[in-house]
Amino acid sequence: MDGYTPAMRESIKKVEATRPARLRETWPMMTPAEKQEILQRFHPDYKPEGMRALKVGPGKGMRTPHELADLLEAHSLLRQEELDLENIDYDTDVLIIGAGGAGSAAALLARQEGAKVLMVTKLRHGDANTMMAQGGIQAADKATDSPTHHYLDVMGGGHFTNDPDLVEALVRDAPEVIAWLEGLGCMFDKEPDGTLITIHGGGTSRMRMHSARDYSGAEIMRTLRDEVRSYPEDITVIEFAPAVELIMDDRGQVAGAVLLNLETGEHCVVRAKATIIATGGSGRLHYQDFATTNHYGATADGVVLAYRVGADVSFLDTMQYHPTGAAHPTQIVGLLVTEKVRGLGAQVCNIDGNQFVYPRETRDVEASAIIRECVEREKGVVTPSGFTGTWLDSPMIDLIHGPGTIQKELPAMVRQFARFGVDIIRDPMLIYPTLHYQNGGVTLKPDGSTSVPNLFGAGEISGGVHGRNRLMGNSLLEVTVYGRRAGRAAGRRAREVTLGTLTLSHVERWEKEIAEAGIETDVSSPLILPDYTRHGR
Amino acid sequence: MTEAEMVPIYIMGKRYTVPGALTIMGALEYAGYKLIRGVGCRAAFCGACATVYRIEDDPKLYVGLACGTQVQPGMHLTQIPFYPAERAQYRLDELEPTFATLVKLYPQVLKCLGCGTCTKSCPQDLQVKDYMAAAMRGDIARLADLSFDCIMCGMCVSRCPAEEAQPNIAILGRRLYGRYLAPKAQHLAERVAEIEQGEYDDELAQMKALPEAELRQRYNTRDIEPE
Repeated sequence: MDGYTPAMRESIKKVEATRPARLRETWPMMTPAEKQEILQRFHPDYKPEGMRALKVGPGKGMRTPHELADLLEAHSLLRQEELDLENIDYDTDVLIIGAGGAGSAAALLARQEGAKVLMVTKLRHGDANTMMAQGGIQAADKATDSPTHHYLDVMGGGHFTNDPDLVEALVRDAPEVIAWLEGLGCMFDKEPDGTLITIHGGGTSRMRMHSARDYSGAEIMRTLRDEVRSYPEDITVIEFAPAVELIMDDRGQVAGAVLLNLETGEHCVVRAKATIIATGGSGRLHYQDFATTNHYGATADGVVLAYRVGADVSFLDTMQYHPTGAAHPTQIVGLLVTEKVRGLGAQVCNIDGNQFVYPRETRDVEASAIIRECVEREKGVVTPSGFTGTWLDSPMIDLIHGPGTIQKELPAMVRQFARFGVDIIRDPMLIYPTLHYQNGGVTLKPDGSTSVPNLFGAGEISGGVHGRNRLMGNSLLEVTVYGRRAGRAAGRRAREVTLGTLTLSHVERWEKEIAEAGIETDVSSPLILPDYTRHGR
Repeated sequence: MTEAEMVPIYIMGKRYTVPGALTIMGALEYAGYKLIRGVGCRAAFCGACATVYRIEDDPKLYVGLACGTQVQPGMHLTQIPFYPAERAQYRLDELEPTFATLVKLYPQVLKCLGCGTCTKSCPQDLQVKDYMAAAMRGDIARLADLSFDCIMCGMCVSRCPAEEAQPNIAILGRRLYGRYLAPKAQHLAERVAEIEQGEYDDELAQMKALPEAELRQRYNTRDIEPE
């Protein structure tokens, strides 16, 4: 089976024809002014019609994508429910909402602080964007590198909008986190002498991207999950049980959550001395109708819960569009093509086989250049199902690094495309930007705490670490660094806090606030799962 | 077959007509299912959506990931979203990376028949039988290497006549390898120690204190390490 049409084959011939010359010459990087211009003109974050100002809550007045604003300005799922908060189903030291990379790291560190942990999740333990991260994790652990170099790359990548204290914590903890994971048995790619193999990512000044083939996130996630499963007496995991509202106490502290059993529809009450939100991102809201790389459960639930108890939020108007989502075959449209493909030397080409952008610009700039090539210059390749994309010339990798490199370094990508008739060792891949990451979220402090007492956060839920644009390899780093920090801080907090009487009065207050703001909506949130019924997505 | 062509499929015995370009997962949703079980990353990394199917007039049972398999006309399918496999209780830091450890935690390793049903049932096309053979020999490095791309969907477990828990044996092998047998990253340990000793405190503090214009200037003129 050939996954490409004859017309696409014609274009691939042009890509092959320019390949020998391109192997010797790479398109130059843009100047700072060129970058600013292309972002303004083509990046989805800069489209005013995609956003509106929030009318209510701690982020009142902030620009936010409509799809997220609809959920933030919505009713509580509990507004018609009668719940007895004195009937406590689970009483724990630390409640962790979300069981991906951040939640699992937090559970392990909270346990180390002596806490009993209850971790709840709406799907299975490990069903998370962490599992899907392919390319790698950054850490400055080579002689040519330093945390200071890493700091400068992160700040520049985020257009100097990042919270410097959060960035410092990220880069400072990075080598320690890699060492921690190594000790848990994570199989990072290494040289025979133990030296960690590291390559460049978009926007890095040093080669500090560590990987585990192209299953980097999966390797980290399944290792953390297996470690969590080693302590069943201290860490309890409940699956298919999303939190639908946080519980407060009469002293203004977060004191647990109400869970929903997705299969029976029952609610249950969790009382917790400290609560960590680690529910991940929101790609499944499909901002501006973009396809997404994200997990089925990425629906911004945690931001909604935190917002309703008054947590400060930041950078809600900035999403990351990964430059290289699959544009063909149709069955995998929007799925991630790891940045490691470009890290290993593959260039981006248009329908004529010509380069038009440096392959490792920061993600926002790279994505904007690809959108421009397709939309304005009309130099994209149109697929049978009506999508448009540009080529990512994967066969270059074996020419640069030797035959067999693609199979060895990118087994997941080879498999993903082969399932639908495309051989990425022989032929280039067709790509287009895809919704990938929520840059903003609940504002964190360096210890993982939020503006609300007893509420902590970690991972993609958070805002401030990446500013307006995240670099590749800093999300796996963020979930582990801040998962550990939040777990540690919540475990300590649980030792000293005294809870008052549990209450859901903030939900009543919220309903009053949205009424007073004149918001008329039939939406209730959190969304929990997207509705693809009868969509044929 | 064109992308728009409709095809008949059978979901747990019931007939539906769906666009032939869809994946099994897309077809389930197109038919009207709202999935809770049997769905995860939708990109073939999480193992939530293992599916068993048969094609009309073909007695063979096939396996695939619902998110990674295109529908075919006459497909009879059912999902296996959860399969109970034994996971031994252990703490990695108390173990030794030996054959004895594997056998102590998973005595059934020695009962593997070598029939290869596991390999035939792997939607990742892994050589499951071969990594089980490596486990039986105590070759933990090979067990780790061959099983690395496992997404733990459990299909091999569901078909195994010897009632092995292949994915759990494999992750134990990989963790033993990663912690004890893989060569240690010396430069990493050194960097962690340097950071703990405060070696970067001053330069980080200076960098943080720079006015934004100066920071921009540094960023725009920073040297990029050649590959």
